[in-house]
Amino acid sequence: MTNTVLGLIGFGIFLISAVLLVVFSVWRRKSPPVFRDIPAFARMRQAVGRVVEDGTRLHISLGRGSLVTPQSASGLAGLILLRRLAELTSAGDQPPIATSGDAGIAILSQDTLQAASQVSAQGAYDPTLGRLTGLTPFSYAAGATTTIRDENISANVFMGNFGVEAALLIEAAERQNTFTLAGSDNITAQAIMYATSQEPLIGEELFAAGAYTDAGRLHVASLTMQDILRWSIIGVILLGAILKLAGIL
Amino acid sequence: MVDHRGYPVGRDSKVGRYSVNLKSLISTISRGWLIAIAMASGLLVLAGYFFISPTLTGLRSFLLNLAVILTGFAVFIGIANLINAHSKKIRRKEKGSVYSIILIIFLVVTFVLGFVARFFPAVGGIFSGAFNYIQLPVEASLMGILAVTLIYAAIRLLRRRLNFLSILFLITALLVLFGSASLPFIGEVPGLSELVRLVISPVLATSGARGILLGVALGTIAMGLRVLFGADRPYGGK
Repeated sequence: MTNTVLGLIGFGIFLISAVLLVVFSVWRRKSPPVFRDIPAFARMRQAVGRVVEDGTRLHISLGRGSLVTPQSASGLAGLILLRRLAELTSAGDQPPIATSGDAGIAILSQDTLQAASQVSAQGAYDPTLGRLTGLTPFSYAAGATTTIRDENISANVFMGNFGVEAALLIEAAERQNTFTLAGSDNITAQAIMYATSQEPLIGEELFAAGAYTDAGRLHVASLTMQDILRWSIIGVILLGAILKLAGIL
Repeated sequence: MVDHRGYPVGRDSKVGRYSVNLKSLISTISRGWLIAIAMASGLLVLAGYFFISPTLTGLRSFLLNLAVILTGFAVFIGIANLINAHSKKIRRKEKGSVYSIILIIFLVVTFVLGFVARFFPAVGGIFSGAFNYIQLPVEASLMGILAVTLIYAAIRLLRRRLNFLSILFLITALLVLFGSASLPFIGEVPGLSELVRLVISPVLATSGARGILLGVALGTIAMGLRVLFGADRPYGGK
């Protein structure tokens, strides 16, 4: 297939996705949307409630996906959750801390925390709450580990692009007997997170965090869009397999 | 003292109210511009991937280069922020502030060495030595700890979530380990290597991973569209 054909297929998928997203975001449902049960998000809400009650702190680790690579999407999903969790913990004594291994994501986390601080009762915004803890995978993990240990953290959310270093981060959180929720777009990290964290997110579940934390109508619409595209892909794969077996392809 | 809308009351309340409104107006306009710039940049880069056109490709490269330059500057800001966070820790004499002192000293020393090495090649050996003999072994040792951490995590997994999926997860991990490593005195476990090489890795694991990656790709598209539509704005505040 030539680049032109591939480009046109990509544009077609983009256009269909955009149309579906717009249609489902303006469509007024008669009944509230029903989501698949993901216990991790329900337990995260409970953990956030405990953070507010205890006067402890929430830590969100945003991974090390650079903003100029496709891995930035998981970091951006982490930022959306950071904003939502910062709002949910705004009644607590201490604002959340965000750590990351990419400078661009670190600056965006500061911006997100600053925006959230405008609606919170926790006082002035502190730019040191959005931290770049290291630029290589293990230096990032080592830097974030001290934050997990020293900052009176009772709940840890790992959401972004991670590699094998996720094991060190989650292990540090487990040693402090804190709540751990972990999700990544990386397959290796997902396997590690399944074994190490209390609440692992598998596959695209990390991108659904917004819909499960009431971040807005477009998040719900994007879940519906993903489901339609997923069934379309399943249909195409099955059709391709049948045609191949029949000797047509 | 504030009124019911949260505006200050008293001598300068009127002035305060107008200044707040003006600030809010400026902030709204600047936010609108930020969203417009972000959306236009995103759409241009995307169009550069979909359509083969020298103008679009050139524009895409220009915007990506701008992003790379900004990311480079962001590293400086990130490091300044790191120094600020650790200085605060030292000033407040918090737990572990000794490590913060060590971090700042070595950060400055490494920066100076790297800077001086540009002009005095002899210093370059010390700089690369700091990387090769300190940074690399430390990271390698962390990699070593990883194996122990994962074994411990596997044991803890059964204690925490004793269900069918956890058991299947551990059995698969053990099968792959035994199937891909030669055992002492026995060598390869008969049949197991073939099972791993012909069935588990290429069929079961790859198809599962492909399904997960397709889901991640769909999630990435949804995330990208939400940012492009300005619904998710991890930039420009509110």
